[in-house]
Amino acid sequence: MPKVHVFGRDHINTDEIIPARHLTTDVEAELAPYAMEDYDKTFAARVQPGDIIVAGADFGCGSSREHAVWALRGAGIGAVIAPNFARIYYRNSINNGFLALECAGIVEAFQDGDEADLDLVGGTIANLRTGQKLTFVPVAQFALDVQKAGGWLEYMRDHDQAALEAETLNAASTEAGHGHPGQVAEQEAHRA
Amino acid sequence: MGMTISEKILAAHSGHAHVVPGQLTECTTDWVLCHEITTPAALRMLEERGMDKVFDPSKIVAIPDHSVPAMNIKAAKMYQKLKSWVKEKGIEHFYDVGRGGIAHVVLENTGLVKPGQTLVSGDSHTCNAGALGMFATGVGSTDLAGAIYAGRVWFKIPETMLIRVTGDIQPGVTPKDIVLEVIKRIGADGANYMVMEWVGDTIDRLDMEGRFTLTNMAIEAGGKTGIVAVDDTTRAYLSARGIEPGSYTEYTSDPDANYKVVIDIDASKVEPTVAYPHIPSNGRVAGVDKIAVTHAYVGSCTNGRIGDLRDVARILKGRKVAEGVQMIVVPATQAIWKQAAQEGLMEIFVDAGASVSYPSCGACLGMHSGVLGPDDVCISSTNRNFVGRMGDPTAQIYLASPATVAASAVAGFIADPRAYNADGSNAAD
Repeated sequence: MPKVHVFGRDHINTDEIIPARHLTTDVEAELAPYAMEDYDKTFAARVQPGDIIVAGADFGCGSSREHAVWALRGAGIGAVIAPNFARIYYRNSINNGFLALECAGIVEAFQDGDEADLDLVGGTIANLRTGQKLTFVPVAQFALDVQKAGGWLEYMRDHDQAALEAETLNAASTEAGHGHPGQVAEQEAHRA
Repeated sequence: MGMTISEKILAAHSGHAHVVPGQLTECTTDWVLCHEITTPAALRMLEERGMDKVFDPSKIVAIPDHSVPAMNIKAAKMYQKLKSWVKEKGIEHFYDVGRGGIAHVVLENTGLVKPGQTLVSGDSHTCNAGALGMFATGVGSTDLAGAIYAGRVWFKIPETMLIRVTGDIQPGVTPKDIVLEVIKRIGADGANYMVMEWVGDTIDRLDMEGRFTLTNMAIEAGGKTGIVAVDDTTRAYLSARGIEPGSYTEYTSDPDANYKVVIDIDASKVEPTVAYPHIPSNGRVAGVDKIAVTHAYVGSCTNGRIGDLRDVARILKGRKVAEGVQMIVVPATQAIWKQAAQEGLMEIFVDAGASVSYPSCGACLGMHSGVLGPDDVCISSTNRNFVGRMGDPTAQIYLASPATVAASAVAGFIADPRAYNADGSNAAD
């Protein structure tokens, strides 16, 4: 089962995820050793493929650098779970088919090193140490479609505008993780 | 239900008569701005997919600014990549090193981008151009690639936060202090995904430079963009750059437009504000705490304009940067550099003991030309004070107006600019 790395602070920004001094490459494997470098120098070496990052609110704020997504994915991270995300990071995740899951209470439910069972179909994540199971905001259909297509560029190439809008007009949660846990709860209530 | 300016612009660019927040749309982009850090990745993506084309070479503006002049070989290669693509695709608007500067500030002065248009760029401070009454927002390299290829981008129609600013800005206080006050009040994600629309009599009286500082910082509150409606100030600014009224669309928000949040700010009560480490929302009044600084930095797309340099010169004139403080001044563009030289500002900076650098993003994001070392303490007119943003992760960054940076450089510690009179005397003396 994947291990969980907890970065519990709110507002972890893209300068921390991948510092600008490493932006002279866009190759994932070259970015990977520096992922989260300014937050935890030992992180990149400790990650096993498929591991999960649990983080505080507004994850990925700041610079638009897509390198943040690439560095984490290159390091082996399979998903990032946070109460909500900063909007450019969030859309970069969608465009790359990289998982950014919104889940209220996630930071309190996990300790660094816990093992997790992530059920994407059922929309839950369980802590194997405590047995606690949390429900995350379902991934928007648009995001799933982009992932299925292989990314935004493939999606855009293969769909015309009318098709995109027909598919996605009423999609629920899409781009940004709407600021506040309360709103996440509202979205969930709306769906229920 | 009426629409806001942003909703009207996005409706017009997605073929809809009406849009509502939360609606997913695919919009056309009137302009795509490209710099050398995020564009090479976008170009590689397009090449790898056999999509290596440009939707319209006359609608792309390429301006290298982050790592120029190149500080190492890798940076030189990224610059080369941008430049060779510009040549190969016949990109019409290229502002090379020596003819440009910081992309957002160059762009606002080109007479290319107009009210009512859409702009995307692989840079989070693209929101800067919103002061022109256009919808401008930062995206990642994949979105940038899509925009280069097809002139299209997906948007979820954002909600809008209305920021009403009224009253007279006090002497020594600047638009930077107002935006730091707003971010302090709403939080670093207080406008996440929202448009920050600025209105009020204070905004009406503000020049374009001050408005750009406000919209530039929208991203520091998580905003999708900032925007200011077109008025006579905007029209005059555009006319001076060859864009006449009638050649663009002026949108205004309907009286019954829907605002998610309304924030009221009394400008007369805003004081010189400093955002303490390590987040732009951590604002306090300048000079309340005596914090010694090792570095003072004036520049960036937020505050490297001619008015900012004049503010700095007013305080530095006849004074010296304190012993032990390294002060760097970076005019945002070549044109601003020249203007500053003509006005005699450069002489004032040099006489005061400040170093003047080539227009670029430089040390704002810790790339070059003034990177901070371990435990350095910098007062900076830039936009972010995150851990490691300007260099070493142990360095401390305090964000402030150019005036506060200049006062602090002279004092050697974070100081209130209102204590430094233009005649060289100190109010405190």
